[in-house]
Amino acid sequence: MRPASLVKVLPAALVVAVLVYLPYLPIELPGVLPGRVNGPGSLQLLATCLVIAGVALSYDVLFGRTGLLSFGHALFVAAGSYLLTISLADWSLPLPVAIVVSLATTTLLALVVGGIALRVSGIAFAMVTLAFAQAASIIVMRNPGGVTGGEEGKSLNRSAVPDLLVGVAHAPYRYWLALGFVVVSFVAVTLLVRSRAGHAMAAIRENEARAAVLGFDTYRVKLLAIVVGAFLGGLGGVVHALVLGGSSPHVTTTEFTLALLIMVVLGGAGSTWGALLGGFLYTYADARLVELSGAGFADALPDVAQQVLAEPLFVLGLFFIVIVYFAPAGLTGLGGRLVRRGRAT
Amino acid sequence: MTDFVLIMVTGVGLGALYFLAASGLSIIYGLMGVLNFAHGAFMMAGSYAGWLTMGALPGSWSVATRLLVAVVVALAVGAVIGLLVEVVLIRPLYRHHIQQVLVTVGLALASVAAAQGIWGADPRTVEKPEWMGGTTLVLGARLPNDRFLFILVAVAVFLGLLALLHYTRLGLIIRAGVENRTMVEALGINVHRTFTVVFALGGAAAALAGLLYSQYAGTVSPAQGGSLLIYAFIVVVIGGMGSLVGTAVAAVAVGLVQQLANFYAASGVGDLSVVLLLALVLLLRPTSLKGAPA
Repeated sequence: MRPASLVKVLPAALVVAVLVYLPYLPIELPGVLPGRVNGPGSLQLLATCLVIAGVALSYDVLFGRTGLLSFGHALFVAAGSYLLTISLADWSLPLPVAIVVSLATTTLLALVVGGIALRVSGIAFAMVTLAFAQAASIIVMRNPGGVTGGEEGKSLNRSAVPDLLVGVAHAPYRYWLALGFVVVSFVAVTLLVRSRAGHAMAAIRENEARAAVLGFDTYRVKLLAIVVGAFLGGLGGVVHALVLGGSSPHVTTTEFTLALLIMVVLGGAGSTWGALLGGFLYTYADARLVELSGAGFADALPDVAQQVLAEPLFVLGLFFIVIVYFAPAGLTGLGGRLVRRGRAT
Repeated sequence: MTDFVLIMVTGVGLGALYFLAASGLSIIYGLMGVLNFAHGAFMMAGSYAGWLTMGALPGSWSVATRLLVAVVVALAVGAVIGLLVEVVLIRPLYRHHIQQVLVTVGLALASVAAAQGIWGADPRTVEKPEWMGGTTLVLGARLPNDRFLFILVAVAVFLGLLALLHYTRLGLIIRAGVENRTMVEALGINVHRTFTVVFALGGAAAALAGLLYSQYAGTVSPAQGGSLLIYAFIVVVIGGMGSLVGTAVAAVAVGLVQQLANFYAASGVGDLSVVLLLALVLLLRPTSLKGAPA
């Protein structure tokens, strides 16, 4: 490896090293995390943030890299999650087979749904993907044959997974599993972006008509983006189910896809670090804002304002609008701009 | 036969609601190319405005009178919200279509969350005029009266919008703007003002749809607008985006398919059959969906 590329890999390696070490860190960060850093509560929260960050990265393959505004990405995450819990509990498959079945079916689903939805482009594509995801959400909520658990969700069949992934004492292992998923996604997306297909995706994002004239089979490239995004999203769903001990209908909803979109734009679309940062921060804020609003800083405000501010989505929605206006390149773009300005002066 | 009449009328009634929800979406998309995700929030605003108005008016008034006042208030609230959203949020992002969509997504999430914070997430019951809760006997079928009202309102809105598009100067500008916006601007016509008016119109239509949907459901809740919005999207896509006639036809088709499937297959299949219908239309006639002039 050349020294130059070593320097590029260094920050990522450093971040991963710090994150890997966290379960050995017995310190308190009051207000930031619930309890000790290596306590089960904190690790569970961090694990959730990491999984969702990886899922946001998978969505960015479509939105940030290829310019596909899909409103149906939740479908693939939900497919991964539910297929895993169902195949473990109802079909009694062993864990490795269940994972393979979940990922293979999710990929097939992406081929079919993507194949149909890509017959239209732009806003119509967004709406068609939304419709498919909505259909899946309806199926999950209706609970056909009692297989999806309806609004209750479906819990993981604990006897079917290794002991290391179950129980409060094993929280670090679930955390490391989530971290592993993020690393795998990071590497996969980085390799994809540098490949020929990745360049074709970028070309389509910038100007689809021109890419087509240059001889790219744009339909195939876009379908590839959907399939890769869906595969990573489905993997995220599998890990999500393992980390949280089951599937929740929340991951099937349109709201979840919209949240992914917001995460990607918050962090910076088309940037690997951006999607990860956006996903992590959004999930963290969603979980912690309720606690912060109860911390007393809003006590001076009238009751109604307090109730509204206690809704994390209200704060996140407004913050998102502000970002779209004032930092179109997201938080990482904003950071980059500040760094460049600092160097110039 | 009796069942069939019932299903046809309830299906068309449901289609009327879908049309009301989709019409505003369709004209906004047709003229401005903005996929207004906040349309669900507009519908929610309409239903809550109606609910609050009916609660605030003296109980001695008849429910029907209060409902009528509520409709007027909801229309005004919807128009004002649409106007504000266009001026404050949409206009500064001129020609940045994706950003415009993103802003409406943020607005939709924030306003649903705000409504949840203020009024709670649980559905609240809405008063219904006695006549609308009753039924009328037609060809041996007991038809719910409210469906007739929905159909009537939808037809009125449809004809009103068509008349607006074809017989007024504003409609002329809108139709021309859908065809070729740059040319209209080059002719010295203020398209921006038209955008604002269209957004206000869309907001009013959405508020009306939201209020009538809350009458149909018997409750108001923050999530209602969002669930109706999905059907409105499907209707707009099947109907050909920006085409009002297409939207009307698609709305009735979607309403009928949903009711037929719910009755003859199983409850809940209707929701799925709508998505299947969309996939079928996409596979058979993808070109018709790429947007048609109004």
